[in-house]
Amino acid sequence: MSNEINRLTYRASDRATKAMLTLALGYLLFGLCLGTIGGFQYILPDFLKKELAFQKTRPLHVYLVIAWIFTCAQAAIYYYLPRVAGRPVFWIKGMWLHVFLQGVTSLIIVTCFFMGRFGGREYLEFPPWLGGFILLSWIPFAVNFWFTIKPNYKTAPVYIWMWSTGILFFFITMSESYLWIFDYFKTNIVRDVTVQWKALGSMVGSWNMLVYGTGIYVMEKISGDTKTAKSTTAFFFYFLGFTNLMFNWGHHTYIVPAAPWVKMTAYIISMTELLILVRIIYLFKKTVSEAQKNFHSIPWRLLSFADFWILLNLAFAIFLSVPAWNLYTHGTHFTVAHAMGATIGINTMLLLTSVFYIIQEEQPDWFSQNKGLIRSGIWISNISLLAFWISLIGSGMVRLSSKLNNELFAEMMEKSLPWFKLFAWSGTVIVVGLFLLIIPAMKALVKRKPVTV
Amino acid sequence: MVKIAAFLTLFTAYLVYSATVYTYGTRDTIQVKESAVPQIVYGKTLYQQYNCVACHQLYGLGGYLGPELTTTYSDPAKGELFMRTLLKGGGLRMPNLGLSETEINGLVSYLKYVDSTAISYKKPAKP
Repeated sequence: MSNEINRLTYRASDRATKAMLTLALGYLLFGLCLGTIGGFQYILPDFLKKELAFQKTRPLHVYLVIAWIFTCAQAAIYYYLPRVAGRPVFWIKGMWLHVFLQGVTSLIIVTCFFMGRFGGREYLEFPPWLGGFILLSWIPFAVNFWFTIKPNYKTAPVYIWMWSTGILFFFITMSESYLWIFDYFKTNIVRDVTVQWKALGSMVGSWNMLVYGTGIYVMEKISGDTKTAKSTTAFFFYFLGFTNLMFNWGHHTYIVPAAPWVKMTAYIISMTELLILVRIIYLFKKTVSEAQKNFHSIPWRLLSFADFWILLNLAFAIFLSVPAWNLYTHGTHFTVAHAMGATIGINTMLLLTSVFYIIQEEQPDWFSQNKGLIRSGIWISNISLLAFWISLIGSGMVRLSSKLNNELFAEMMEKSLPWFKLFAWSGTVIVVGLFLLIIPAMKALVKRKPVTV
Repeated sequence: MVKIAAFLTLFTAYLVYSATVYTYGTRDTIQVKESAVPQIVYGKTLYQQYNCVACHQLYGLGGYLGPELTTTYSDPAKGELFMRTLLKGGGLRMPNLGLSETEINGLVSYLKYVDSTAISYKKPAKP
């Protein structure tokens, strides 16, 4: 009976949540297709060169996959909000307003890219005024978050802190990334590039806070352990992550001629990540045994894969943060390997954890009937991602060696071709694997929920 | 209470650090002639308008399909003529953007300026 009352309390907001999750999965679906086209443009230079040049496929891919990450994280948080707070979402019409604003903004952005209208800034390649629309669409989300949870930060679990930080810093960093429109930033390239790296580096940290927070919430629900999310250790690592979010961005700017202390600060902060790495290795045995115990659970399986990618990427990121190596590795495919490992391996696996956790809660029968397909999708996407990641490391090695030998760019591209082929084909297999997860998930989300009497 | 205090301290440090980066951390070290500024800004606008960042990098920001452009201007194997040729007609991967002579001049001025700031890229000359 109380479960039924709860369901009625959540029903109205859950409808908007599902619409948002479907939108997020749609972003991923189209983002992956455009990424595949972009991948093949590496090995077939004339492929769609006139109709859909790389100048368009890359921003479309980048925008859509970034939109997937933050929209899915927002949708998952919308689903968890009333369950954490024990009351309905504060402003349900605001949720629909959010979905509407987000959908319209995306349509305009995609149209602009197809028409060749750009803002030309890394990651945010759409015309600058659309950044204002994105910020506007986050306002109902922020209102709903704080007014539904009404957090008491003295006792709140760590994921509430993470979500709060993620939202606050999205507003800060998104605004900061548009400082270039002012002459003070625009006319000094060193300042412009440094501030852009600063804003983007921290923006990634802000959505990581949202995504990792959802991962911790699901882990708490599956394991039934409510103490860990309130423990001193959890908060120690939250504050470490928070410090990195704010000050770690500088490792991208070792090659920018800004003041030396900017780099030194970044290097020191980056090295604090070693503490996180040591902890992950220390807990790895426990994590593996937990994973084996709960591997039958799809959300847990996705969490385990995310854990593997966290370990790999963190070790790699620390390696890339050492200035002596960074000087050579920056601006090569090593950086892309890190970005892809993080966005597909960590963020996407954690977000899909939430997607399937929600579907499992909402459509348990459907979920158990489709487990086989979902399992295959998880394995295919993760194995091909490893090949994809290796291909990027290979391309990075070729680029590095060409840099050191002062070879021509064309020569380097020629030598990288085998790696680019592996990159394009393994990328295609990732898409197949993820489609096996996205399509059934979308079907489940649009399916009407069985009525309990 | 400790958690809230820790958050506020770190957040304040972030604000102070950001202001310092915007000012002392990124002070102008390269003097550009006042008369050259409009042409550089025009070139930068074009660089963004044509979304050159999709394929090229400046200080590591951008795509990898084309070469990094930070020091192309002063690169003995490339230089201004090489840049102008590619901007005019495109290349194997580079699309022909149909740029006018004025636009090419703007882009070259911008890339020349970027190159002049790239002291961290260039090895000091041997005595």
